[in-house]
Amino acid sequence: MGEGLGGAIDSMFNLQTWTSAIHAWLLGLVPEWAAILLECVVVALLIITLYAVFAIALIYMERKVCAFFQCRLGPNRVGKWGLLQVFSDVFKMLQKEIINMRKSDMFLHDLAPFLVVTASMLTFACLPWNKGGHIIDFNVGLFFMIAVSSIGVVGILLAGLGSNSKYPMIGSMRAGAQLISYEISIGITMLTIVALSGTMQISEIVQQQADNGWNIIRGHVPAVIAFLIYLIAGNAECNRGPFDLPEGESELTAGYHTEYSGMHFGYFYLAEYLNLFIAAGIASTIFLGGWAPLHIAGLDGFNGVMDAIPGAVWFIGKTFFVIFLLMWERWTFPRLRIDHILSLEWKYLMPLSLINLLLMALVVVFGLGINV
Amino acid sequence: MDSYNIMFIILAVMIVLSSFATVLTKSVLRAAAYLFFALLGVAGMYFLLGYTFLGSVQVMVYCGGIVVLYVFAILLTRGAKDKLSENTRSKIFASALLSLAGFGAFVYAIFKANLLTEMLSTPEALAEPSEGAVISINEIGQHMLSTDVNGYLLPFEAVSVLLLACIVAALVIARKR
Repeated sequence: MGEGLGGAIDSMFNLQTWTSAIHAWLLGLVPEWAAILLECVVVALLIITLYAVFAIALIYMERKVCAFFQCRLGPNRVGKWGLLQVFSDVFKMLQKEIINMRKSDMFLHDLAPFLVVTASMLTFACLPWNKGGHIIDFNVGLFFMIAVSSIGVVGILLAGLGSNSKYPMIGSMRAGAQLISYEISIGITMLTIVALSGTMQISEIVQQQADNGWNIIRGHVPAVIAFLIYLIAGNAECNRGPFDLPEGESELTAGYHTEYSGMHFGYFYLAEYLNLFIAAGIASTIFLGGWAPLHIAGLDGFNGVMDAIPGAVWFIGKTFFVIFLLMWERWTFPRLRIDHILSLEWKYLMPLSLINLLLMALVVVFGLGINV
Repeated sequence: MDSYNIMFIILAVMIVLSSFATVLTKSVLRAAAYLFFALLGVAGMYFLLGYTFLGSVQVMVYCGGIVVLYVFAILLTRGAKDKLSENTRSKIFASALLSLAGFGAFVYAIFKANLLTEMLSTPEALAEPSEGAVISINEIGQHMLSTDVNGYLLPFEAVSVLLLACIVAALVIARKR
């Protein structure tokens, strides 16, 4: 692979080349603030579209993976391989009436799904899609990500309380306790990686991995432990898998969204699946290198071929790999009781991740990390 | 009138309206929800000024922490009705007096401090948060844990003692007898 061709591929796959060209073109037409406003609106529409597309893809994947683990076929009647099943479900949900209960707090009841979906969209916008393809990229990136994802808890609690019904209230209390607890593990796990990379800016974290190898290899033992803890806590943070107590249908009908119908329920459903995508996306960003291609030291030809695959393909591919791991976990383990969930977090995961953080600090201080 | 001013006006209207709604609403739960929007608007102000760290802390601690705490407290303590208590005449008088005094002190502080008015008269300096103006998280961490003149190690540790006292108190209240 010649140097010139490699450089050309680099600049072609760097989204910054394209975005700055578009920005320069817009500046010729309209004043600067209008150009920025227009770009913001276009990017926001792009995010919302991606959000819906990934939700549909994930629901189909969930059904097929679930069927695979339970030795079933899954959806196979609507369209080829059941591909149109999810689309017909979405259209069914769009047509349904939104029912308001008489004794519920109408304002809070209607506000809650929007809070949940806004929090998950803000977190979604932090993901690094490609080289130069970051939408929100502060120097406090990962911290901002955890902060905005914590807005979702408010939405869930308001949904439970605004419904004025028993099951949603119990469900939202469980959800609140669970989400707040597992956020600690997630935060400490991210801190482990921040200690390794020395920055919180998401683009920098990924750039380092593109230069020096993926974090899970650079950090070896503590990084692998952190990855495992993240997989457990990530499933709990999405209210999924063995931790789906907030909506345990056998005891609470549907938990905090029992009283919702139509598209309001659809928003909760959408946010749940996208939170799965976000959890997997963060895992692939901080552990598996984000958009960084797979490089093996010494195999230059192989590395060149890997460089020719666009970064967005790498990122989405890794994310779907982590989603498969999370679904595997969900459909394998039986549901836990609420006190078991809380003691798992506070007595096992949190102390373990604190010790792991210390271990990572030692690795960084003594320079024991592997730099490819 | 550029985009920063437009965003400032939107955020300011949001903060003022939701603050009024917080104190005027009859339902405790709705007051917590309106407070959430007021706090979110303040976080937006921090982001507008380029203080991304402070904005994130505001979202995390106040919107995602304190409001959740309020909602939990309402959930655990409310009885048959979640209405606020009735306003008696003396109560209205006392709260009006207190809020007037607070407003007076606030206005006095704004007009007394010359530095702030100078800064407000030159929006160009604030308009574009340049790269140098954004304080990096490394710098904040260094100041937080350093012991020299600009260090905040002592207050940082004092706060942790306070938190420890809170945890011990919660355990004493919640333990089984």
